[in-house]
Amino acid sequence: MISCEEAAEICDKAQYDEVSKWRYLKLRIHLLFCKTCAQHSKKNTQLSHLCQKAELHSLTESEKEEMKTELEKKTLVGKS
Amino acid sequence: MEIAILTKSPTFSPQTMEHTHQLEPNKWVDRYSDYLFNYAVSRISDTEMAKDLVQETFFAGLKSAKNYKGDAAERTWLIAILKRKVIDHYRKINSKKGKAEVRMPQSFDEESGNWAEERVADPYSQAGKSQLENEELGLAIQECIAKLPKKQSMVFTMKTIQGISTEDICNELGINPSNLWVMIHRARTALMGCLNQNWF
Repeated sequence: MISCEEAAEICDKAQYDEVSKWRYLKLRIHLLFCKTCAQHSKKNTQLSHLCQKAELHSLTESEKEEMKTELEKKTLVGKS
Repeated sequence: MEIAILTKSPTFSPQTMEHTHQLEPNKWVDRYSDYLFNYAVSRISDTEMAKDLVQETFFAGLKSAKNYKGDAAERTWLIAILKRKVIDHYRKINSKKGKAEVRMPQSFDEESGNWAEERVADPYSQAGKSQLENEELGLAIQECIAKLPKKQSMVFTMKTIQGISTEDICNELGINPSNLWVMIHRARTALMGCLNQNWF
């Protein structure tokens, strides 16, 4: 039987399809016996669905850095 | 709840009661750029243009910072500016299009009042409703992500939204995979709590 910590770790990785079938099976068995983990796991999966449904977009870190630089330039101009 | 009380108590006085919000332009990009970008992309599918509008929103915010009275939260104030930018963007496109389409009988023509009614989105239609709901959900998620510690939000965004591989994220940020998974776990747990009341 795996620990709850391990179950949580497998559950997180499963959200990104980065877990082996064997470890996933161990998680499923743990969830049969552990209500707390089962609930957490259900919510975690729901979160993945929500993120997918929302079709999220984000800027890359370099795009953000660029924005910051541009904004700083304007701030300096405004102050001088 | 505790945090809110702690941060507000030092400025608690009759004068500051109404004006509790302050602008911090140096934090805008980290706090609001993804939130604003999400809104812009949902209205304008052109991501490059959406990015430009977000940048313009920050510039406009900076320019009119002196008019900010502190009645609205910074984020609300910025999104109001972005909304104007989006409307202006469509005005520009339409004024260009109008010239080319004047002779087409079925076209959208503002002057003669010949609105293409069937093309107007019906807010009560199922498709329109779920699109609106998704947009709202997207903004709610971005709002929650913005509340995470910087590194967590960065890792979560790269992994979940941008779909970058674990290996690449680790290389870029100089962390090891177990660090990454700890951060992902904390971020996801925090997000579940943040979204809990309205979305689960």
